[in-house]
Amino acid sequence: MQTPAQDTATPGTNPFAKQKSHRETKESLIKWTLRSATYVILIITASIFTHIFIRGAPVVFSLTPPFINTSFLTKLPETLHVLEDKQGKKYETTPTGVDVIKKQLGDNLRNEKTISYSGGGILGPIVGTILLVGVCVVVALGLGIASAIYLSEYAKQGKFIEMARLAILNLSGVPSVVFGLFGLGMFVLSAPKITSHPLDRSLLAIPLGFGEYISFEGWDTSVLAGGFTLAFVILPVVITASEECLKAVPQGFRETSLALGATKWQTIWKCVLPFAMPGILTSSILGIARAAGETAPIMFTAALAFKDKLPWQGDTGIMGIFTQSVQALPYHIYTLSARIPQNEYSERAQYGSVFVFLVLVMSLAGASVILRRKLRAKYKW
Amino acid sequence: MNAPALSSPDAFLKVRNFDFAYGDNHVLHNINLDIPRNEVTAFIGPSGCGKSTLLRCFNRINDLVDVARIKNGTITLDGVDINHRDIDPIALRRSVGMVFQKYNPFPRSIFENAAYGLDVAGIKNKKVVAETVEHSLRAATLWEEVKDRLHESALGLSGGQQQRLCIARALAVKPQVVLMDEPCSALDPIATAKIEELVLQLREKYTIVIVTHNMEQARRVADTTAFFLLGKLIEHAPTSEIFHNPAKPETERYISGQMG
Ligand SMILES: Nc1ncnc2c1ncn2[C@@H]1O[C@H](COP(=O)(O)OP(=O)(O)OP(=O)(O)O)[C@@H](O)[C@H]1O
Ligand SMILES: [Mg+2]
Repeated sequence: MQTPAQDTATPGTNPFAKQKSHRETKESLIKWTLRSATYVILIITASIFTHIFIRGAPVVFSLTPPFINTSFLTKLPETLHVLEDKQGKKYETTPTGVDVIKKQLGDNLRNEKTISYSGGGILGPIVGTILLVGVCVVVALGLGIASAIYLSEYAKQGKFIEMARLAILNLSGVPSVVFGLFGLGMFVLSAPKITSHPLDRSLLAIPLGFGEYISFEGWDTSVLAGGFTLAFVILPVVITASEECLKAVPQGFRETSLALGATKWQTIWKCVLPFAMPGILTSSILGIARAAGETAPIMFTAALAFKDKLPWQGDTGIMGIFTQSVQALPYHIYTLSARIPQNEYSERAQYGSVFVFLVLVMSLAGASVILRRKLRAKYKW
Repeated sequence: MNAPALSSPDAFLKVRNFDFAYGDNHVLHNINLDIPRNEVTAFIGPSGCGKSTLLRCFNRINDLVDVARIKNGTITLDGVDINHRDIDPIALRRSVGMVFQKYNPFPRSIFENAAYGLDVAGIKNKKVVAETVEHSLRAATLWEEVKDRLHESALGLSGGQQQRLCIARALAVKPQVVLMDEPCSALDPIATAKIEELVLQLREKYTIVIVTHNMEQARRVADTTAFFLLGKLIEHAPTSEIFHNPAKPETERYISGQMG
């Protein structure tokens, strides 16, 4: 079928015909470079996740009922013993189970291997990480939101505040091992605590009169010291993000609230914070997920490579969740992968831990998305 | 040279020799103005001439602006200097309510919006709060439209309804003065007509100051009109006089549309 337009315009003279020009080639080249960069990143990310899933999921899940390997999640780490008989059959067992199997095998035993930390489960590191993150969240959100409120709502904008802001921003560039050392000096060795028997190395002990002292002797390696240190790692993120979210609340809300006779604090509490909170929580949770994965800050302040007790099983009872040292997932993974000889057994424990850790972090991220949706729906403007 | 001031002995708000600046930007120059009790006073003038600024001095909401400074002069409400250091701005703002240009109910329920002023004033008695909310929603001619959906979000209301809710919210704290800064500029003609009608009703109980860019609106609702130009009060007179027989050539040029 012919249309009138085609009658009059021969292909060569079409004024709108595409000219494959040099400029256009360049444009598409640029576009493809950018696109492939994005795809490369996507592919790498996807393969990391797949790798971890393929190697880690079988440690936690199984294809036969009850489908989940509960002992990996509910037992503390222990040394794994592997006995091999002369037929090449292998027996994995715990330190206490070794003798029984040895007796059964008798002369049939060909060799025995022990692999540190790779047996049992990872309950200790899971609990430790949850406690550390818990303390970190409370401290980082408390301190961070408070100072963000001060910076955005109260402080008169000026040189000093600009400098404070800059200092906070720079804090985020400090390597995390430096935070670890800072935490060691600050929280482990010199933070104040109340005690009836100040240590000799206490920097300063102020008597309170009734037999107790405020002693600047630190909190020892403990969940509290580690949680505070982690909090300082992510404080810059929390403060900067919170300040931005507070600034995003329309000025009209503040003016209206004040015009209705509210005090400044009432205004902040009822008309600013509720509307800034979804954003604050979302961006903070992402920071918290990062803190959960840090090793350096907790190495000197809270985490042990190995511990055979849960924090509340020590002689300090339930308070141990603050005062005891713990195992933590990232440090446990580091120990498994770098501090002991590698073999299939250590690798199995390692990928299992990585997988569990990833699931924990992703549920944190998921929680932040759900929380934001919920709050957004409630306080939308 | 003094502007021909309309001075009434019964004036409720009195502005005397008032100079005001944002940092180095001197915005108001030697304003002398009397705002009569239980009347509607309209502020007109080209954009940037300082209408909102003066309005925002009446409830000291400009305290929020770091660089804002009163350079000279006084404002008295019922004989009391509102900028005196013994004055509590919070108490002042309870007597001088404000409705903003952009209707901005909080993203909460209609009821919570109307009750906000009572809540922050510490009035927790449920019965008192419910009665006051109903009363102020009625006064803002909104009650019939919202009485069945008080606990739904205020953002579900139309623009005009939202603005009337903002007025109700201001009335709930029982102010003596209601300041309105271009309350209809974001509304369609029907919603505007409703607000104007409402202003005329409120006039019986409240002293009202309304900033407007709409000459017709000033003519319809205002008892007296003040014309500002470049931070100066050019003329303040009964509305009919301003529109039919202005004393100053600038006023005449502005209202006939030859300026700004
Ligand atoms: N918060 C502020 N900080 C600094 N300068 C301001 C501030 N608010 C207003 N100004 C300045 O004060 C002057 C008067 O502004 P104002 O808002 O009072 O004018 P207006 O008469 O209400 O104008 P419009 O009709 O456009 O609302 C303007 O030059 C404006 O730039
Ligand atoms: Mg204005």
